[in-house]
Amino acid sequence: MSRITLRVNGTPQTVDLDPATPLLYILADDLQLNGPKFGCGLGQCGCCTVLVKGQAVRSCITPVSTVAGAEVTTLEGLGSVEKPHPIQQAFIDEQAAQCGFCLSGVVLTAKAYLDRNPKAGEAEIRKAMSGVLCRCGANTRMLKAIMRYARGVKA
Amino acid sequence: MNRRRFIVRSGALVVSFGAVRLAQNVGLDTAVMAQGLNGPGSRQLDGWIAIRADGSITAFTGKCELGHGLYTAQTQLIAEELCVPFSRVTLVQCDTAATPDQGTTSGAQSHPANFNSSNLALAAATAREALVAMASERLSVPAGQLVVRNGVVSAAIDSTKRVSYGELIGGRTFNLALNQNARRKSAADWTVLGTPVRRVEIPAMVAGRFEFVHNVRVPGMLHGCVVRPPSTNGSVRGIDRRSVEGMPGVVDVVVRKAFVGVVAEKPWQAIQAAARLKVDWAAGAPLGPHADFHTRLRGDASTRDTRMVDSGDVDAALSKAGTVVRARYHYPYQMHGSVGTACAVADVQGDKATIWAASQAVWPLRSSVALVLGLRQENIRVIFKQGPGCYGINGADTVAYDAAILSQAVGKPVRVQLSRRDEMAWENYGVAYVSEERAAVDQEGTIVAWDYEAWTPTRGGRPGAGTPGNLVTGSLAGFEPVAFQPRSPAPAPTAFANGNNSVPSYVTGTVNGRAGGTGRVASQRVVIHSVRSPFFTGPLRSPDRLQNTFAHESFIDEIAASRRLDPVEYRLKHLSDPRLIAVVNAAAKTGNWQSRPSPLGAGALAEAARASARPTGIASGRGISCVLYEGDNGYCAMVAEVDVNQDTGAVIVRRLVIANDSGPISNPDGLRNQLEGGAIQGISRTLLEEVTWDDRQVTSVDWRTYKPIYLSDEMPAIETILINRPDMPAAGAGETAVTVVAGAIANAIFDATGVRLRQVPFTPERVRAALLAR
Repeated sequence: MSRITLRVNGTPQTVDLDPATPLLYILADDLQLNGPKFGCGLGQCGCCTVLVKGQAVRSCITPVSTVAGAEVTTLEGLGSVEKPHPIQQAFIDEQAAQCGFCLSGVVLTAKAYLDRNPKAGEAEIRKAMSGVLCRCGANTRMLKAIMRYARGVKA
Repeated sequence: MNRRRFIVRSGALVVSFGAVRLAQNVGLDTAVMAQGLNGPGSRQLDGWIAIRADGSITAFTGKCELGHGLYTAQTQLIAEELCVPFSRVTLVQCDTAATPDQGTTSGAQSHPANFNSSNLALAAATAREALVAMASERLSVPAGQLVVRNGVVSAAIDSTKRVSYGELIGGRTFNLALNQNARRKSAADWTVLGTPVRRVEIPAMVAGRFEFVHNVRVPGMLHGCVVRPPSTNGSVRGIDRRSVEGMPGVVDVVVRKAFVGVVAEKPWQAIQAAARLKVDWAAGAPLGPHADFHTRLRGDASTRDTRMVDSGDVDAALSKAGTVVRARYHYPYQMHGSVGTACAVADVQGDKATIWAASQAVWPLRSSVALVLGLRQENIRVIFKQGPGCYGINGADTVAYDAAILSQAVGKPVRVQLSRRDEMAWENYGVAYVSEERAAVDQEGTIVAWDYEAWTPTRGGRPGAGTPGNLVTGSLAGFEPVAFQPRSPAPAPTAFANGNNSVPSYVTGTVNGRAGGTGRVASQRVVIHSVRSPFFTGPLRSPDRLQNTFAHESFIDEIAASRRLDPVEYRLKHLSDPRLIAVVNAAAKTGNWQSRPSPLGAGALAEAARASARPTGIASGRGISCVLYEGDNGYCAMVAEVDVNQDTGAVIVRRLVIANDSGPISNPDGLRNQLEGGAIQGISRTLLEEVTWDDRQVTSVDWRTYKPIYLSDEMPAIETILINRPDMPAAGAGETAVTVVAGAIANAIFDATGVRLRQVPFTPERVRAALLAR
């Protein structure tokens, strides 16, 4: 067991646990966040995605010790129901979800990519979504939502 | 978590439960608990609708949100019928302690069940009429001269004479039975229903605030992890509990026959202990090879046979026909493959239990989990909490058993979320099929006889009220799956049933002189053979309907191609149902369908064959497919345009045009979302998805070994044509589009290349092999 401090959505958090524990369990269990979710535990689907120092990271395969001291952002950290982040608003505007379980991977992967590549075109953005899974088939709506947000970023 | 807190945390408005008379527990009738039935609902209006003193409305439904927009659409229904703004309605869904028993939310049955003239819709109409009658008495104005707006009833000619719902009923109960004669509002007057109201849940979901079943946190909750056998049908010889002794947080190792699980304080501790636990497993019977599974399925002599139609003259028609066209089609086992693995929380305390589950069937689950726990079902409360899209019976019910068994063993609330492997290796898979088609065609090219025979494996399924052994956990804990009873030959049909679309759209469906089908072919026979499955099976979005439709819609194309006839015209020639004809025409029109036979370059292909030159590069083509889902539950036609890379075998779907008619449209954007989602899921299933196994176990255990479509894959432009039929009954819309995808793509590949693919999935390897063989 060891004490590890990290900043989650702007708030310092200290946890005392096995440093090999994947970050996801700290977020979803200890800190009771609803955004990041267990989808596969193998880094293959994206449901557990969070931003660590602005990069999209699969928290289910990221030992918490490797993000000690880092700033971690979940969907909750982007915006709220009352004040959604523009990318969250784009998903609402396009009604780009069905069950909604995959949204951490979809929204945060797209945001991290567009933060670094604000001028990317649709084909590049789509390729950047490799390894992000939606099983309900909301794919085209999600791409539309991401493109709507991307246009706003460029504007 | 108490009921009030649960509701509040669900994102619903705070409800004054003191004023709400909860639905009477209507008692369980085993006959209605079987799969697919709707449950008895409630005969009492108060079971469905309550009105608070401030005029806000709480409605109770037994059909739950599965990601398909039903929560929003049902809220629209209540707001519409009661003439109140959408925001004034709070909907409580699927809680055995609170809502009417509507059985299972499945089979594209929610729209028919709750949006026609019974159940929730009838309750809302009953409430409005009762409120208007009360207002009539209060205001001394005849009901016919009253209007209702924003929950206020007023005299049409004197709006000072007015009374609100809150003043009429607030805080008290209706104490009325549902009025079977209550009239629903005319669709022409709708202002909320029929409009694209946005999904209620999406803002909370995209902000990470929505509470899925995975986020249910009960005070004192522990975490469980199951240990499944390494091979199918394995059993436990021994357990070395010392192998996890001293591991941090481990609370208990729970064994019940072949069910094994570990309980720990933290989820990661439970996972690690489950991985470390030494179990001596006895191997089950070996599985036959995956490669020749369809041959074994076709050859299995122990079958349970069902005859849907049989005109008695098919063999004679086939033997004297000038041309007989034959084809055999293969469909694989496929998974629900929910994006999140199944999760449930159970709190078993003595003789009482509370279970939070993403089950489609909270009442049947209550009954079957009662058997698993040995408790009275009256002492069990099952509360629906949304999970990832399930598309049928995924792991939601079995994991509820897992959590319940573990909680009962340790006497504390336990949360279980399955590992990816444990979910995928033990699912109730969507079924494989072998489909054999034969048709007799006359001189003019008209089909004069159609003969269909199919073989499909089965084991378990939805547990219903009394068969927990239909799921892996129940089976491991010692319950038997529903017995397989061979029956051959099948008895003659006594009345027409569509039989999961085993009856092709192109036959008359005549049984005992009554034609129940949608087509014109009178000489017809349809026989289905059920066979024992080595794996658990269960309904997966468009169960059997999709497999049968793939075969029929490929086959009608093959017949048309054999006579060098246009596939759309050939379908229309054999159809009689005007609404099915209408969706075919609508899809063809918007799809710019050019009348000509397939394949596209038949001349060029023949030329290439003569020159021994194999065509290379990209070939493009179009295909059509159509269905009347379940024979009465939603019309759909799809035109697909595909590119086939003739060098790699890769198929890319470029465009899909979908025409759909599910009766009156409750929410056009929700309907579009369902059609698009069904289409894309259908592409994934058609091009990629297949369960595989070796001699001991399933080898499709993650997203590398069970490959799906990802967000990075190129998706087609999808155009949806929504045919609104306000005067027709509401039909299902969740499973229409997915049903026609495989046929449309197969036909488009044939159109592009002249190669007929008869086995799903159309992987690049399989397409390339077929192209090389041409």
